[in-house]
Amino acid sequence: MKTRIFFALALLIALSIVPGSAAGGEHAATAATITIDNFRFPPQSLTVKVGTKITWTNHDDIPHAVMSENGEFHSKALDTDDSFSFTPTNRATYSYFCLLHPKMTAKLVVE
Amino acid sequence: MSENKNDLILFDHNHDGIDRRGFLKCMAWAGTGALCVLQGGVLKSFALSDSARIKKAGRGDLTFVQISDSHMGFNKPANPDVVATLQAAIDKMNALPVSPEFILHTGDISHLSTPEQFDTVQQMLQSARTKEVFFVPGEHDVLDDDGRSYRERFAKNSNGAGWYSFDKKGVHFIALVNVMNLKAGGLGALGSEQLEWLEDDTKNLSKSTPIVVFAHIPLWNIYPEWGWATEDSAQALSYLKHFGSVTVLNGHIHQVMQKVEGNVTFHTATSTAFPQPQPGTAPSPGPMKVPAERLRQLLGLTDVNFVRKNHSLALIDSTLA
Repeated sequence: MKTRIFFALALLIALSIVPGSAAGGEHAATAATITIDNFRFPPQSLTVKVGTKITWTNHDDIPHAVMSENGEFHSKALDTDDSFSFTPTNRATYSYFCLLHPKMTAKLVVE
Repeated sequence: MSENKNDLILFDHNHDGIDRRGFLKCMAWAGTGALCVLQGGVLKSFALSDSARIKKAGRGDLTFVQISDSHMGFNKPANPDVVATLQAAIDKMNALPVSPEFILHTGDISHLSTPEQFDTVQQMLQSARTKEVFFVPGEHDVLDDDGRSYRERFAKNSNGAGWYSFDKKGVHFIALVNVMNLKAGGLGALGSEQLEWLEDDTKNLSKSTPIVVFAHIPLWNIYPEWGWATEDSAQALSYLKHFGSVTVLNGHIHQVMQKVEGNVTFHTATSTAFPQPQPGTAPSPGPMKVPAERLRQLLGLTDVNFVRKNHSLALIDSTLA
């Protein structure tokens, strides 16, 4: 009887520490969004973890094209409501800009 | 004729002896239909309706039209029908008292460089009485393929990214490309290969040869904060400083701006698609929405008359209204 209770308790404890539980929220977000608006990429500098899927969506009524300075990521021209995603696999800092409007610049920091 | 102060040039810092009051008054009319004739460093202006005086002063040896920024494919509130407004510009061209010999399109022909958008503009231009059209690309024309489809359609015999030159009645025309390989935080750029070609192209011309340069992004500093300037234009202009008459025609900013600096007249054209705000008057240089009845007053084309013996180029900006 005591052994059964012991095992039941042990199982309960084991189950409660299994990762990925629905109550969740302890691990970092795996997705981030940048909404391009008014010729800006807010926030000016975004920090994410490796493996985060970053999606840029264009809300301006003029196309933009996202490109990192050294070409690690490069979208096609994005018309209004078009999106582009990039999932970094290394820790790095990327300076990126809009190929159509090069004065639009921002930074992506991957940790 | 409106005397709206916002039409005045804000960025001309030259003291070059030009009749300032006459010059500024001319600027106030630009975009609403005025003829500005530059003769011997003095700008004279005529109302477009004053046809008798214009015939006497403005009739030249060579007439051509500049249109710009048709942005075929744009369909947002600032103008849901860019086909209609381009057609209005072509109709206006067809109705000019003197038929232009050719058309210069200073870029952003399409909105997204698609085959359909390029096709539409090419088909529409067939309804122009003037058949010969010369193009330079805007940044919207070289998307996703480094300008390959632009060059195949519009600049078959060009050099590099699409630059070339040609002569008409003793005037030397130079088409430059400043929308390729733009750098982060940068402005328009010509690049060393194109600059070398330009120096070579003009070095044997006599200094009395009138020169017309056309390129998409302005070759003078209008508003660098919005990218309305070209990094290496000073070098390009240095190759042209010994010529008696140089005219620079640009687009990109979707409004008329004009500046005279020594022997060089700079002019930007309105768009046939949508207006953009004046420098610094809006958070960004995007399409500017105006009441529907005002739209065609802010779109237009430019008629250019060259009068050889007076060494003058008359630039007539008119609207679609």
